Amino acid sequence: MTTEFSVKADEQLWTELDMDVERFKKVPPVLTQLYQNIFLSQSNRPEEMAYFDRMIENIYTGRIQEMVDAKKAGKPVIGTFCVYVPEEIIQAAGGLCIGLCGGSQATIPDAETVLPRNICPMVKSAFGFKISGMCPFFQAVDFVYGETTCDAKKKTWELLDKHVPTHVMEIPQLKRERDKRLWLEEVKDFKTAVEKIIGNEIAETELRAAIDTLNAKRLALQRLNDLRHHNPSPISGRDMLLIQQIAFYDEPARFTAQVNQLCDELETRCRNNNVVAPKETPRIMVSGTPMALPNWKLHNIIENSGAVIVNEESCIGTRYYKDTIDTTGASLDDMLEKLTERYMKIDCSCFTPNDDRIDQVIAEYKASGAQGLIDYCLQFCHTYNIEAVKLREACEKEGIPFMSIESDYSPEDVGQLQTRVEAFIEQIQE
Amino acid sequence: MHVGIDLGSRAIKLAAVKDGQLVASEVVNSSFEPHKQAAEMIKRYAPQFVAATGYGRHLAQKHFAQQVITEIKAHALGAKHLFPDCRTILDVGGQDSKVIALDPQGRVAQFQMNDKCAAGTGRFMEMMAASLGYSLDEFSLAAAASDETVAINSMCAVFAESEVVSLRNRGTAPEAIARAIHLSIVDRLSSMLDRVGLQGELVFSGGVARNSVLVDLLAKRLGRTVSVPNAPEIVGAYGAALYLGARAKAA
Repeated sequence: MTTEFSVKADEQLWTELDMDVERFKKVPPVLTQLYQNIFLSQSNRPEEMAYFDRMIENIYTGRIQEMVDAKKAGKPVIGTFCVYVPEEIIQAAGGLCIGLCGGSQATIPDAETVLPRNICPMVKSAFGFKISGMCPFFQAVDFVYGETTCDAKKKTWELLDKHVPTHVMEIPQLKRERDKRLWLEEVKDFKTAVEKIIGNEIAETELRAAIDTLNAKRLALQRLNDLRHHNPSPISGRDMLLIQQIAFYDEPARFTAQVNQLCDELETRCRNNNVVAPKETPRIMVSGTPMALPNWKLHNIIENSGAVIVNEESCIGTRYYKDTIDTTGASLDDMLEKLTERYMKIDCSCFTPNDDRIDQVIAEYKASGAQGLIDYCLQFCHTYNIEAVKLREACEKEGIPFMSIESDYSPEDVGQLQTRVEAFIEQIQE
Repeated sequence: MHVGIDLGSRAIKLAAVKDGQLVASEVVNSSFEPHKQAAEMIKRYAPQFVAATGYGRHLAQKHFAQQVITEIKAHALGAKHLFPDCRTILDVGGQDSKVIALDPQGRVAQFQMNDKCAAGTGRFMEMMAASLGYSLDEFSLAAAASDETVAINSMCAVFAESEVVSLRNRGTAPEAIARAIHLSIVDRLSSMLDRVGLQGELVFSGGVARNSVLVDLLAKRLGRTVSVPNAPEIVGAYGAALYLGARAKAA
């Protein structure tokens, strides 16, 4: 199987999308190699992971073709970087909500020809992907959904808008009643922007169906995450991270069905004690900033150091699926309000105060049976970085071994990270 | 006999231990193939087991070492053995600096390591000494010879070098600049110690602890004694060798 895996290329499609084909065609072999080393080298992976392997094989071809086809059929295709995008609205309009490229070091030098160096690597990477024509997803979208969750993003949208239409939604930074009213207005504006593409208004039944579809997706991910908490672990942290990353660009109903199939397999595995790591393996939970595809750096280091990751409290993690939308909304307006209430529960560190997140981390830590918490902060992400102080205090109070790590996508600190992670594992094993 | 070997960024350190006692130690600068160098060094001792630590620990395990532990744990074991009351360790090596807090039993309770940059490390001192045209020994002696106060604001090796150049061009005495660099390192180390929370006896290990001027300035800043082992650079290697002894006893 290892030798068969190959990330596919489609130069004709990439040319149609006006990409830098000469440069981009070097990417699939690199990703193939990386994926083989990090994922396919694992032993005893669940069989249902085969679907997710195929999603990576088709990441620059099959899935892109689906986007292009949808667009040709007049459906909205919206790119995003954030879990605050009200994707039910896109779904209701028959469209596609796609997480864009932003997890690679490769395009950071491109971005740094324009942007300052000392900002978040995810923002730099994403901007670099667009200006260098290196992300097929970016090339295929109608518009990019941007939000105001941090300064680097907010100001980069102004520059990005010159390259691709960027709709900015204001996300307030407090959660009072008046902030909710603002938020609801922003949701309605977003709905109008999506409706402009399809040329008609989203119907109540369409929104209701979309809410059901995405609730089902989030519930499937909750079910999966509950199962992976089983000790000994039936699935690796790397595979779990991968699934949560794929959640951002796959077709929701298909993805949900596959996740549920995987859950069925894991249930059997747990019953038969068919696991990926013996019970004595140190169990680590990761919290903090998102890890966008193909950012597998920290997970790879932690699991190669002999531990297993048992939870990700992150945007690409539980923050994306811990809450579902209340389906009791009777009218379209009711539904939009319930939708807004659900999005307001997301505990991004851009909010102040944000103590709900601290409680959430501790609750997930306890549920996952972890023995230590590593808080991951993308370099220059001030809000998560500062919030790590409160998280440390909470962990000290609870007697939870805690370590915070600040890193970017470059390989230069891998040696130091490895030492810190191994020392942390030694510490929790003593 | 057990051997602990510490394959660091700048030097390889070896400690040979028999019945818990240090019987021999060596320090050599590392070459392009540190594992071969280390294997050569070990041969002479014909040890029962070898434990490796430091940046090259995994390479060593591939070739000859039976056990691997991190520098954090190795320094904890070494320092606790040498100074039984030790609760805090400051280790400054060639490429990184760390602070380790021990619980009363000597287990690692918490640690801090510098992130990506070399600020305040041995390499930083070498670069700063070179920018003033000093050897390392001359550099610390020059710092001791001055009581002038000038400030070096930047801790980044690259920016600090530019600062040194501009101070020199303003006519500042090289001794005063040397002192300023020492004080800026002291600032950085003491703030790292504050982050972890300094308690109990403080042991300063790693090659940089050989700089007695820096140690004195740090002690003055902290207002407390700083314990420095006779051979501070071998604390990690010693700890690794002790780890083997402890394992053998437990088995």
